[in-house]
Amino acid sequence: MAQNPFPLGKDELLKAYRTMRTIREFEERLHVDFAKGDIPGFVHLYAGEEACATGIMMHLNDNDRIASTHRGHGHCIAKGVDVHAMMAEIYGRSTGACRGKGGSMHIADLSKGMMGANGILGAGAPLICGAALAAKVRGDRGVGITFVGDGASNQGTFLESLNLAAVWNLPVVFVVENNGYAESTAMEWAVSCDSYVDRATGFGMPGVTVDGTDFFAVYEAAGEIIRRARDGGGPALLECNMVRFYGHFEGDAQTYRAKGELEAIRASRDCLTILSERVIEAGVIGRDELQAIDREVNGLIEDAVRAAKAAPLPVAEDLLRDVYVAY
Amino acid sequence: MSRKISMKQAINEALDLEMRRDPTVIVMGEDIVGGTGAKGEDDAWGGVLGVTKGLYAKHGDRLMDTPLSESAYIGAAIGAAACGLRPVAELMFLDFMGVCFDQIFNQAAKFRYMFGGKAETPVVIRGMVGAGFRAAAQHSQMLTPLFTHIPGLKVVCPSNAYDAKGLLIQSIRDNDPVIFCEHKNLYGLECEVPAESYAIPFGEANVLRDGDDVTIVSYGLTVHRAMEAATALAKDGTEAEVIDLRTLSPIDWDTIVESVERTGRLVVVDEAHPRCNLATDIAAFVGQNAFGALKAGIQMVTAPHTPVPFAPSLEDLYVPSADSIASAVKRTLSPKGASPRIAA
Ligand SMILES: Cc1ncc(C[n+]2csc(CCOP(=O)(O)OP(=O)(O)O)c2C)c(N)n1
Ligand SMILES: [Mg+2]
Repeated sequence: MAQNPFPLGKDELLKAYRTMRTIREFEERLHVDFAKGDIPGFVHLYAGEEACATGIMMHLNDNDRIASTHRGHGHCIAKGVDVHAMMAEIYGRSTGACRGKGGSMHIADLSKGMMGANGILGAGAPLICGAALAAKVRGDRGVGITFVGDGASNQGTFLESLNLAAVWNLPVVFVVENNGYAESTAMEWAVSCDSYVDRATGFGMPGVTVDGTDFFAVYEAAGEIIRRARDGGGPALLECNMVRFYGHFEGDAQTYRAKGELEAIRASRDCLTILSERVIEAGVIGRDELQAIDREVNGLIEDAVRAAKAAPLPVAEDLLRDVYVAY
Repeated sequence: MSRKISMKQAINEALDLEMRRDPTVIVMGEDIVGGTGAKGEDDAWGGVLGVTKGLYAKHGDRLMDTPLSESAYIGAAIGAAACGLRPVAELMFLDFMGVCFDQIFNQAAKFRYMFGGKAETPVVIRGMVGAGFRAAAQHSQMLTPLFTHIPGLKVVCPSNAYDAKGLLIQSIRDNDPVIFCEHKNLYGLECEVPAESYAIPFGEANVLRDGDDVTIVSYGLTVHRAMEAATALAKDGTEAEVIDLRTLSPIDWDTIVESVERTGRLVVVDEAHPRCNLATDIAAFVGQNAFGALKAGIQMVTAPHTPVPFAPSLEDLYVPSADSIASAVKRTLSPKGASPRIAA
């Protein structure tokens, strides 16, 4: 076996691959089942963007908090939320992560430090400032990561949070997931600055841009700024340039894309292919080992769907439950 | 000429007609054109559910996509209105009001009064309301009572394509800020709509069904549930009068009170939460102004005091049903005082 040239050991590499494959398989299954009419509501898929969530979350523990977006499945899986509970939630079942009350756009698991996907663009940024403030007050070395799309990075809540985090020197990392589009609108048009690094500089914090389809690039950049935040060095911004493999939401015909664009990004910018090729080429992991993971993940998702479909629906009493802690 | 079109098409038509008539009308919102700055087709979306589709081809740059910055662009629409334009700003889901409410209730709503009657702010903020779309807690609310609470705002909520067209045209011509609430589950519903332009005045409710036994008042989607209930009740010999409010601020008190004075019974149906909503508002008004006419306690049918649940099995229980409306009517028919206490 060749010497490992990567910043992670073999077990960790396998773990990263498994996480990314789980996200991909989860999303592709939803894509198929949504088209069949099995899944209610709005579903925004993270397929194509797996390296970003995974490269970042490898540096976090359950005590670290994340605040996610409407495109949250990948963040959930990478942060350790149970795949069965997620699937059941998306199917509106009482065994779901939120007992069926939240749905795809609101999956949360506070015990894993996952403060929720979010239906309101930009809403995660102030919340994560609060999470970071709590960690700072407790002195427990916890960090907060908020994800925001290129589109939502234009929200006042996000921009105000950059300033607040800098002024309070909070242990926060603002991750801009730049997939080039907000729904159908191009990032180049909607974002006034040329680079998010400039935006970060304007708010008095370091900014880094990486190729978000390269797991290692994300992993290394995130590692450095998360360590800095943990050590009291303050907030930073990380822009991950990435691609989304499906429509904005399921059902989007994507006519705003250039002809051949999807085929091209799938062929050349698939973060799973990029990671597999690199570890195989380096002789660190065998193709058969990755294929074994693929089979296990496929079984896991299959089980999760079967269990979700068989799970009980929430019933009338559940409607009125949990509005307050006590009333 | 009249033909059958959907509420979605009726709204599109109203925007088109008013843009033709008045060059100061501009339309803005997130992806209302779609594909801005992208390499694919123009007019790629025409709004998230296609309500503004095709308007870009007719009116070009008078339709403006916006960055995802509701405070800034809703505020800019209001500012432009105060300076002579008639902007129609789409706030995709009115739930997103949370992001930009200051511009609406502290700015737009107050200019006229606060500036001593010297300002006019003819802005329309239109967007989706209502549950039943499996869109979960932050994309399904009926926030109408928040808007009717604010002096200076006008609030409209049509129940069908004909009203949507006439009320949107009136909203654009109106010189005050209007919150135009479109129930997403009514977009596909068709009815006869004249092709030409017409305006429906604010403050005029529509009596959809005559009846002498009980008055049912509602607006938006639940108007249809009230009509279903009325049809079912008629089979048992109870004739319900069904009133569709159409505009919530101003509100047509006269039509409500005249009806209750005749029927002596009132059921108010509101998809909003049960506290401080349109139902409580109307019940209080009738209690104060037509108490003598009442033969039974007023009944309210509303959504529960909970956020909108995602699970279809729960969401179906959330929105007032025809059955729950019919039961409420039956409670008004039982002897005075016999109705059980209904928890909020
Ligand atoms: C406050 C608010 N405004 C608008 C929306 C509707 N909306 C949902 S996702 C989206 C596009 C988001 O684009 P981006 O931030 O780039 O994230 P991406 O979908 O590309 O991951 C929009 C406009 C919303 N959910 N919340
Ligand atoms: Mg984006």
